[in-house]
Amino acid sequence: MQLTQGFADPAIDAARVFRIVLDAMSHPGRIVALPGIDAPAPCSPAAASVLLTLVDGTTPLHLAGAHDCDAMRDWVRFHLGAPLVGPQGAAFALGTWPALGPLSAYPQGSAEYPDRSATLIVDGAELRREGARLTGPGIAHEAFLTLPDVAALQANAAQFPRGLDILFTSGTQLAALPRSTRIGGA
Amino acid sequence: MSDPSLSRRDWLGLIARAPLARLGALWPDDPPEFTWLRKPEVGAMMVQGRAGAVGAAFNLGEVTVTRASVRLPCGTIGHALVQGRDTRKAERGALLDALLQTERGERLQATVLAPLLAAERQETETRARRAAATKVDFFTLVRGEG
Repeated sequence: MQLTQGFADPAIDAARVFRIVLDAMSHPGRIVALPGIDAPAPCSPAAASVLLTLVDGTTPLHLAGAHDCDAMRDWVRFHLGAPLVGPQGAAFALGTWPALGPLSAYPQGSAEYPDRSATLIVDGAELRREGARLTGPGIAHEAFLTLPDVAALQANAAQFPRGLDILFTSGTQLAALPRSTRIGGA
Repeated sequence: MSDPSLSRRDWLGLIARAPLARLGALWPDDPPEFTWLRKPEVGAMMVQGRAGAVGAAFNLGEVTVTRASVRLPCGTIGHALVQGRDTRKAERGALLDALLQTERGERLQATVLAPLLAAERQETETRARRAAATKVDFFTLVRGEG
């Protein structure tokens, strides 16, 4: 196990990453670049930056599949201090799309408290501006993004205002798919 | 008087309580090569107390602390959590913690920890003796009635 440093300057770097994630969330489908942070494999640098910025001791985290390894758990314990939980109790979840499993396993929020839903960080899949057509808030006309499972994500969006917000990370790239985005075929 | 070797838990506390000047005097060597895992950062921690050490825990107050973590080239990791906002002490403490876990630890136990422990025990004893001198023995007082 080789623990590595997180942000070199935690306050400044976290604020910068937060701004970038906010920008991606308000422009669904836009692919943005994040500063790379060394994290244990298979966690991508972009996903590590997001975790360091958004996750702390008050946000239960679910590690799915290959991301649930000893090195990653040690990293989370040292840098984030977030409690590691199963999908049903998670505020954030990290894993590849197949490892994360059915979206219904995560908290979807309620009509009174739609904020009590999970945010998924889907790591590893390559991001390209093609594939599914996205429309809705934050998109002027239309945007395109490679999505892993259009039907499941359409069902998620149909639950609005309930539902999951999803961040796709790959290498140092990030794209967001909030629940408010409508997904219409190719 | 001197324990053969202290546990990590003991030496972390010992280092945290020692003044920086004392640490510097006992261990004046140049710091070894290392990388930061967590640069010294100052924060606050809530200290809890218990009335009579048995009651329900209550929040006593906040205390300023500084923490740091380092990694030596050999992979050993050292942590320090010290009271106050002295980042150099946190750095020094984390390095000491890391080195104490390596093969250099035995020598450092003798040159740094043993004197610190001796000084601390002496201090405790002196304070206890000073407090004992002011003790009033109420059994010597006789009540006037009767």
